[in-house]
Amino acid sequence: MFRYIVRRLLQMVLTFFGATFLVFALTFANQDDPIQALAGERPITENLRQTLMERYHLDEPFLVQYWYYMKGLLTGDFGTSLTGRKIIDMMESAWPITIKLGLMAIIIAATIAVTAGVISGIRRGSIFDNATLVVTLIILSLPIVVLAPLAQLVFGIQLKWFPPTATVNASLWDLLLPALVLGSLVIATELRVTRSAVAENLRSDYVRTARAKGLSRKRVIGVHVLRNSLIPVVTLIGVDIGGLMSGAIVTERIFNVPGVGFNLARGIGTEDGPLVVGFVSILVIIFLVVNLLVDLLYAALDPRIRYE
Amino acid sequence: MSDINAVTSAAGPSTQPQTEPKHAGRGKKDKPRSLAADAWADLRRNKIFWVSSILVLIILAMALFPTLFTSADPRECVLSRQHAGASGSALFGYDFQGCDVYAKTIYGARNSIEVGVVATLLSGLIGLIFGLSTGYFGGWVDAVLSRFIDIILGVPFLLGAIVLAKRFAQDPESNGVLAVTVTLGILGWTTAARIMRSSVITAKNQDYVAAARMLGAGPGRLMLKHILPNSIAPFIVVLTILLGTNIASEATLSFLGVGLKGDAISWGISIAEAGANARTAPEPLVWPSVFLAVTVLAFIMLGDAVRDAFDPKLR
Repeated sequence: MFRYIVRRLLQMVLTFFGATFLVFALTFANQDDPIQALAGERPITENLRQTLMERYHLDEPFLVQYWYYMKGLLTGDFGTSLTGRKIIDMMESAWPITIKLGLMAIIIAATIAVTAGVISGIRRGSIFDNATLVVTLIILSLPIVVLAPLAQLVFGIQLKWFPPTATVNASLWDLLLPALVLGSLVIATELRVTRSAVAENLRSDYVRTARAKGLSRKRVIGVHVLRNSLIPVVTLIGVDIGGLMSGAIVTERIFNVPGVGFNLARGIGTEDGPLVVGFVSILVIIFLVVNLLVDLLYAALDPRIRYE
Repeated sequence: MSDINAVTSAAGPSTQPQTEPKHAGRGKKDKPRSLAADAWADLRRNKIFWVSSILVLIILAMALFPTLFTSADPRECVLSRQHAGASGSALFGYDFQGCDVYAKTIYGARNSIEVGVVATLLSGLIGLIFGLSTGYFGGWVDAVLSRFIDIILGVPFLLGAIVLAKRFAQDPESNGVLAVTVTLGILGWTTAARIMRSSVITAKNQDYVAAARMLGAGPGRLMLKHILPNSIAPFIVVLTILLGTNIASEATLSFLGVGLKGDAISWGISIAEAGANARTAPEPLVWPSVFLAVTVLAFIMLGDAVRDAFDPKLR
């Protein structure tokens, strides 16, 4: 176990540097003339250009620039947006509502997915099973740019069941519709994985043993099968976080939830390059850390997995 | 990205009825069928396959010959008919700019399909090369390229796409088709490469490969003539599903403003533009959304059906 953790950490370091390097190289390398871009139409004196070049380390070689970028990331300095606000401050005011939205989405999705997944896993081939398979296929195929505006239009504007937009102090009720939309991104995968895990575990030896001991059906499924079936579902969280981040950009923009995704979408709209890069860098780091934790959790949860 | 992973990794969802005796009856009892023939026989009886193929054909026709479906010009916009309702000449009414929504929706298919197909081919090419070489050579080639894939997967798909698309879209004159295509192509190949790698590893240990090697076939011949034809089926299935998700990603990027732009017609742009006025005029929002959803669904269903047919283990 210890060796696994060490190896996984080393891998994570490599991935971390690789991923941040990719983001950095894609945004900053070979820019035409960032100084002129900063100044816009105005002419720039040679003096000013020299000062700016030095301040932003533009005269240094590429790898040295990457080093400064990394130093910024590791010390919590993610740069300043074109509006003059520090990225980290914007992040700080934006993340609580995004976390709230994300948690709601995960909880709703997991509850529905596990319940429906267990039922269709037990009754394979039933009407319920086939219906959920068709529904999950449709949900998997619905892009969030379709789902979010249509949900807002139908349930928010026409039927008026939910508030169509959220505000800074959004209550749980305000966030319910966006959370449902966001949760639908991950619900289909979770459901299918639960279903196949339950179906597989039902055929396993330990379930036969439990039945032979005379345990009730409820206990066999609720304790023995469920506990083992949830392991693969837990590992999905890592992948899901990436999907939720992407989904949050569109969902928050459509429902006006002033969170991380909303700021990022606005930054794209206003051509605020530093904001986009800063936010993306932070999100990539979060994504990597969560995936590391999930992998470690997986190894801890499942005793069958022994990594050497 | 998560969509593809979801569809390919979630094992067991065969949407068709379980048909046990594959070879029984049908008159030709003893004639062995190849995998492709078997899969075709299976597909022919699958309703989802037929529905999705017909949808795909209609969408392709829309992309290739939009004039078959509408005679109106999607770029002819008259402000005086802003948000005018549906009529005989404009089936879905007019949008905020006074453009014909039906014509715009029909013409939107072309960019979606074009970006989707070319990006998928690009991803397929990269994935094929990476998957074949990592699977065949193994060892350090495999280790290095697998780490590289890990690094790419370390960046959530849409975030990477936003950064990359912004990077490519420096030229203000272009309509962004090339930028989006390259972006999606560069980011989308990882799953395909992994699938290819694993099926190559299975195929290369087969007896016929050993036999061919003993007959003196070199690595190139072994890979292209013997291993590739026997390991390409799952790869093609992944690409079909990827085509669907690429179309969705194009719309998402265009929606966010880093995809197609300018006077390009795209379902994503239409959805973004119509969203603000959905309260007064829902039609310009609804129809592009429906077309986009049906297109993506058609390709993913097709991929799903073909996957079920080609992978007997999932039955």
